[in-house]
Amino acid sequence: MTGVLEKMTLLTGGDGGLDDHLARHGRLPALDGDQIVGLARDASLTGRGGAGFPMWRKLGAVAAAGTPATVIANGAEGEPASGKDRLLLTRRPHLVLDGLHLVALATGARAAHLYAPAALLPRLREALSARRAAGLDKLPVTLTAAPGAFVSGEESAVASAVAGRGAVPTDKRIRVVATGTLVQNVETLAHLALIARYGPGWFLSAGTFLATVSGAVVRPSVVEARYGVPLGDLIAASGGATERLQAVLVGGYHGGWVPADPALPVSPEALARYGASPGAGVVVALPARACGLAESAKIAEYLAGQVAGQCGPCVNGLPRMAGTLADLAAGRPRPGLAGEAARLAALVTGRGACRHPDGTARLVLSAMRAFEADVAAHLNGRCLATGGRL
Amino acid sequence: MTRLHIDWTACDGRGLCTELLEEVLVEDDWGFPVARDGQAEPVVPPPLEDAARRAVDRCPMLALKLVRR
Repeated sequence: MTGVLEKMTLLTGGDGGLDDHLARHGRLPALDGDQIVGLARDASLTGRGGAGFPMWRKLGAVAAAGTPATVIANGAEGEPASGKDRLLLTRRPHLVLDGLHLVALATGARAAHLYAPAALLPRLREALSARRAAGLDKLPVTLTAAPGAFVSGEESAVASAVAGRGAVPTDKRIRVVATGTLVQNVETLAHLALIARYGPGWFLSAGTFLATVSGAVVRPSVVEARYGVPLGDLIAASGGATERLQAVLVGGYHGGWVPADPALPVSPEALARYGASPGAGVVVALPARACGLAESAKIAEYLAGQVAGQCGPCVNGLPRMAGTLADLAAGRPRPGLAGEAARLAALVTGRGACRHPDGTARLVLSAMRAFEADVAAHLNGRCLATGGRL
Repeated sequence: MTRLHIDWTACDGRGLCTELLEEVLVEDDWGFPVARDGQAEPVVPPPLEDAARRAVDRCPMLALKLVRR
């Protein structure tokens, strides 16, 4: 990369303090709300929390809600395989806070919140007082501690938490944006802060995303790259694979398995044919000798344990679905076991206040597809990956 | 188009709606309603709107609403 590009990427830079931030990027230019929405639109900036929704459309919906807006920077990162939001909040808090300031302007917000793990709050409080002392941020920012649960970063759970209620998802008859509340992932906000300075054209040609690479790699790490980066480059940037790989989980625990093809571009378009997406940038490498069904069953069991306990189909369906996959993984065959996992996945999808059942079903269906040969082998008492009898 | 919205955080699986609106809803393995059309908010055809309103009014958990979208 050229020096200019390095200057403008999210993670490169010094100590993360305000002086360093202003020396590197300068103050935000003066922009009005329409200009900010236009920048997000022209840059095609999408949400980096997982869903990948265009930011400018959310900004428009919140501004049109006809109620005083609230903007929330979401740094909850309940996804166990993700670490990029914590790293960003630690190393570049002022880009996130600049972005929060911009979306407050774009929506005419009366309140701004930063929602992040409790361990990060003391340093974020320091960052906020440094900004106050420098005369930045007309709108004060309220800090709220995010619990570590998987669903505590879900849009409606975030809105509920900063309103002083529990960090659990709520019913969506009225969408969160229609209540005048904008919940935006911290990485998305940091990108907006760069777009405001360097322009949508720069972002289209040089904008990045953050990936958290883990699993069978030498040095699990957060890697900054451009969409379309070959999967092998992300793994190489994490020290390379520790052994031969079988598959890679992309997007997160609600994501999908893709082949361990080093040339596979990590982009929304290229991953779509595997029913996957870059999502929140999670990349987990699975070694060839590990059983993909067993790994997926562990993830499904974790997700079943993370239900908020509110919605019947999720409370009942996720443990049953995870148990079915576990039976398949452990070689406890019953007639119709594979079909039953698929039936349960279809049954829970779309039947909850949030997308936790949908995402868990997606992971299970992806595992059945990606490890199809092992599904057949397991039903006959063998595991192809481990080479053993079950 | 009239659709039936189910607030899953309120629904207790009492099953009244699946009796009153069996053309639209069926019970799942645990007694919770499932849309026959497979949609998150099932379509209520005009001839069934009265029955749907009854189901909404009689839900003991107030978990059902008719929405237009």
